[in-house]
Amino acid sequence: MNIFNINNGKCHISFSKTGKNLVGIATGLAMVWMAPAWAVDTIKVGILHSLSGTMAISETSLKDVALMTIDEINAKGGILGKKLEPVVVDPASNWPLFAEKARGLLQKDKVAVVFGCWTSVSRKSVLPVFEELNGLLFYPVQYEGEELSQNVFYTGAAPNQQAIPAVEYLMSADGGGAKRFFLLGTDYVYPRTTNKILRAFLKSKGVAEKNIEEVYTPFGHSDYQTIVANIKKFAAGGKTAVISTINGDSNVPFYKELGNQGIKATDIPVVAFSVGEEELRGIDTKPLVGHLAAWNYFMSVKSPENDIFVKTWKDYVKKKNLPGGDKRVTNDPMEATYVGINMWAQAVQKAGSTNVDAVRKAMAGQTFKAPSGFTLKMDETNHHLWKPVMIGEVQANGQFDIVWKTDKPLRAQPWSPFIPGNEKKKQ
Amino acid sequence: MNPSRRSWRFILSILLLVAFLCGANAHAIDKEIARALSQGDTGAKLDAIGMLAATNDSNAIEMLEALREGDLYTTAGGVRLLIVHGETARDPLTTEMFSPVPVGAEKVAINNRVRRALDSALAALKIFSPERNIRLLAAEQLQNQSEQDMQPLLERALSKEQDREIRDALLLAQAGLHMKSSDPALRLKAAQALGESSKEPVKAMLSAFLEKDASGNYAEPDENVRAAIRKAVARIDSRLTNAEYAGRIFSGVSLGSVLLLAALGLAITYGLMGVINMAHGEMLMIGAYTTYMTQVMFRNYWPQIFDSYLLLAVPLSFMVAALIGMALERGVIRYLYGRPLETLLATWGISLILIQMMRLVFGAQNVEVANPSWMSGGLPVFANLVLPYNRIVIIVFSVAVLLLVWLLLNRTRLGLFLRAVTQNRTMAGCVGVPTRKIDTWAFGLGSGIAGLGGCALSQIGNVGPELGQGYIVDSFMVVVLGGVGQIAGTVYAALGLGVMNKFLEPYAGAVLAKIFILVFIIIVIQKRPQGLFALKGRSVEQ
Repeated sequence: MNIFNINNGKCHISFSKTGKNLVGIATGLAMVWMAPAWAVDTIKVGILHSLSGTMAISETSLKDVALMTIDEINAKGGILGKKLEPVVVDPASNWPLFAEKARGLLQKDKVAVVFGCWTSVSRKSVLPVFEELNGLLFYPVQYEGEELSQNVFYTGAAPNQQAIPAVEYLMSADGGGAKRFFLLGTDYVYPRTTNKILRAFLKSKGVAEKNIEEVYTPFGHSDYQTIVANIKKFAAGGKTAVISTINGDSNVPFYKELGNQGIKATDIPVVAFSVGEEELRGIDTKPLVGHLAAWNYFMSVKSPENDIFVKTWKDYVKKKNLPGGDKRVTNDPMEATYVGINMWAQAVQKAGSTNVDAVRKAMAGQTFKAPSGFTLKMDETNHHLWKPVMIGEVQANGQFDIVWKTDKPLRAQPWSPFIPGNEKKKQ
Repeated sequence: MNPSRRSWRFILSILLLVAFLCGANAHAIDKEIARALSQGDTGAKLDAIGMLAATNDSNAIEMLEALREGDLYTTAGGVRLLIVHGETARDPLTTEMFSPVPVGAEKVAINNRVRRALDSALAALKIFSPERNIRLLAAEQLQNQSEQDMQPLLERALSKEQDREIRDALLLAQAGLHMKSSDPALRLKAAQALGESSKEPVKAMLSAFLEKDASGNYAEPDENVRAAIRKAVARIDSRLTNAEYAGRIFSGVSLGSVLLLAALGLAITYGLMGVINMAHGEMLMIGAYTTYMTQVMFRNYWPQIFDSYLLLAVPLSFMVAALIGMALERGVIRYLYGRPLETLLATWGISLILIQMMRLVFGAQNVEVANPSWMSGGLPVFANLVLPYNRIVIIVFSVAVLLLVWLLLNRTRLGLFLRAVTQNRTMAGCVGVPTRKIDTWAFGLGSGIAGLGGCALSQIGNVGPELGQGYIVDSFMVVVLGGVGQIAGTVYAALGLGVMNKFLEPYAGAVLAKIFILVFIIIVIQKRPQGLFALKGRSVEQ
């Protein structure tokens, strides 16, 4: 296990991903002790993603892609003549530990910016820390909205950039003209809030209460027999679509059960908001062809920027010999991480310093030609990214075919107009 | 849809129709269809599919099927259609072969709407297929149709069809169409015929006729027909309800068999030997990863017999888990007998080490374990009840494992020694049973059975480093509820919990059902700390 290695004459900490846990305390101490030695010529950047525990499945790739982007920026000479130096910590899918680690990054390591978090509950737990210490967090995952902090830039989608267009698609002729909706989710804040918004949206479209069913399962639920049988029963009442906000690895047994009980996408399409290329890696996708996912980026996007992004990622995986090898894929939150780091680098360049207030000001209106093939803009006021919406159909090879997309990026509405009381809030 | 696009589609379909009616040469149709398929929007594609289906050509089935499977490509500019298989491509109309696939050939992308149109088009073509099974499937597919223009096709098919089952399916399809006819006698007959169906959609369709519209008139004006419809709905209903209960019992038994497989190994290590083995879940995980490795090996070296990889994976996962279990026992646990707290901590540490080791070797991501093709899909018992093959196999497998364990404990020397050591260690030692060795073997056996459980779990759920964590609590729950020191208790507890959970779930939801189960267990443990089925007698020390 290689904890410290010296690269290009710079002292550089590289954590063997998994070895990290075993020596957690030791490295923590070592980092503090080492701090003065490399404080001179670099800009420190914190990476706060779970590398162990339940969320490791999703977040490990974000850590990898963040390191790749930092390498890429360093290869071009860094920012303001300084190299970026990643400080990777592992909050271990433990929400209070997120806050503790964030405090450590800001106070002890004095990082200029933090890229991190996946679940909304982890973001909520670090938020007070960033606000108290005036830190800067880039959050790369689609979420339920209902939040706006001076200290956070949201590079993932708000509900109007993912959930609502997806439901509109399902109601259109191409999407199957669904009349009944089965809302199925994991039992926590993101699915519940999203479904609250969707319910209000569906009502505004004239869908009756009896045509909406809402069902939740615990985290890690693995037996979907009853629920799939209920979906079948519900679908007898008319054209039905399932809207899934199931998170984490419960998706595998859910989709397996769907396939085995013979529910085909042509009869009852399932649109998922948390299933991307990475999640499909663990599933045999042949019975799932035609089921849908809504995102702002797919690996199958055809654009010169995406070709470069995918190639860089594949090369990086090979060079660093990351687990999974040539089966590793790119996905939406990875793209959002990539865009976030690059935008932050541009903002630092423009501001001429890493001072949080200066960078915040420079971020407004920042643009970047993203792998999704669109030029994305950071909104001048609301800290959210303008994003295009894409709907993809699962293919037999685990990739998505894009069947619908917006022709330009949409502005985020973090305060959804479908939640009462939000009318007065400033977008 | 904007008007210009619609008119464009209209012109295109006219063009296609003219080209077809004029009997233009095959190549001309091909070109038009290719262009519509590769460049058109969904509407244009639907038209092109209609054209292909209307050619009534043996080629058409092949082309539509290729489109359905995503094997249909168009060359650059939509000049010709190609069916691509691996490295070679074939023009279905001219039968020209291309190898390798021409540069710039692109897959024809389809969406669900196109897929649905394809399914009906294919069913309409296949209803005249010489093969019985294909005709049957096509006839069932046609039942989902509601367009009146299917009428002549159905009549033609019925006039030719000899097979009874297929005729019944076709008649149901026809009855569905007749419900919309203007002749009350025809509707009456159709309603009576539809009572034979056991499909939810048919019931929903019929019920719609019984509803009153805004002005208070029934959708079905004729009183007699309404009575027939009511009867039909009631008949379908009773069949559906029975199927629903059967389905619940099946899923309960299936959940029970999963719990049993997860807990059976623990029933030996904890139940019989009294070792609180927190690393039990990791033995499941090791079994699952062994299955994964076997699968990878078969995929790489013997892809032609891939479907039988489980035959090797089962004994391998038993052996690997058993060996690791025995090493654990020799290396750690035997120093801690009689010190439950230390055992708990040590095995918990081992479980963390094993999880981390798997992350190091295979990565934090889940790995894909594909079901062999004979385990995918399901057995349709009723229209609304499909029993998935993988669940059936797991139920059978758990029964087989249970039988083996029972035989081993009751019919072998090792089993005899094991029972002797469990009941009275000192006495067994005195009469010459090598108690230490028996401990090792028993621990190996328990771990090996956990390995088998992992092999089974890999077929229905996730395989990742944390697989075992999800089952450890359930396993302890089952063993404690059933009564420590009792294999039979474990079986009853697993089945009972499974069925109870599945009957609660439809009423309470998955989250509440789980809570109720836990509350139930707490109450049982308070009333009967020894578990539901504890051993009675003097021999038990506790």
